[in-house]
Amino acid sequence: MPLDPLSRLLSLALVAVGSALPLPALAVDAGQPAPAFALPRAAGDALTLESLKGRVVFVDFWASWCAPCKRSFPWMNELQKKYGDKGFTIVAINVDKRRADADRFLAQVPAGFAVVYDPEGRTPAAYGVKGMPSSYLIDARGNVVQVESGFNDEHAAAIDERIRALVAAR
Amino acid sequence: MHYLRLIALAVALATLGGCAGFAPPQPWEKGDLARPSMQFDPDVLAARTTQHIYTSKEGANGGYGVGGGGCGCN
Repeated sequence: MPLDPLSRLLSLALVAVGSALPLPALAVDAGQPAPAFALPRAAGDALTLESLKGRVVFVDFWASWCAPCKRSFPWMNELQKKYGDKGFTIVAINVDKRRADADRFLAQVPAGFAVVYDPEGRTPAAYGVKGMPSSYLIDARGNVVQVESGFNDEHAAAIDERIRALVAAR
Repeated sequence: MHYLRLIALAVALATLGGCAGFAPPQPWEKGDLARPSMQFDPDVLAARTTQHIYTSKEGANGGYGVGGGGCGCN
């Protein structure tokens, strides 16, 4: 039964609105298991959260357009140097839509830790990222212990203490 | 046929909201909003002065910027 033009247009509108409805963002809080991910590094090889089980992992979501990230990267470099051989790994997940933007940032602010790329934004959605930058400290058993949104020096000191306690408790 | 017309009318009223029904950009999608060309004012200092004048005259604050942060962060 063919629809008249008005009804046809309105049915199309219904489909358009229905398909644009957003999925609810699941927030990952402290005490919950960290969602798994498998994301490519710059060279193309994949880094999975599964492979880091048994290590304390600091997952940081960053982007080239995120100003506080310019301050957080040198701090994360220090962290990696301090605790890297004690079973601590930083995974910095880049959410830039264009790889060139991320490369430009890394040329200015070098990273001494693992950087992986998620331009589709599925991993920040899975983690329920509320602001940029966001960091999730994950213990050796794979549970999130601390979530931080934004970057400032007080938070940095608190996370440093937390990491020290977690690597000691591994 | 009348039912279809009724449903069509309901859909039309629903779409009257336009783009207001769509979700705002997620925090990690605000890259394009952070570009300098996306600012309302080309001169930051003049903009701050003007904003301060508005704020003091209105006795109210806010309603500008991107999601609370001018750089697009959060």
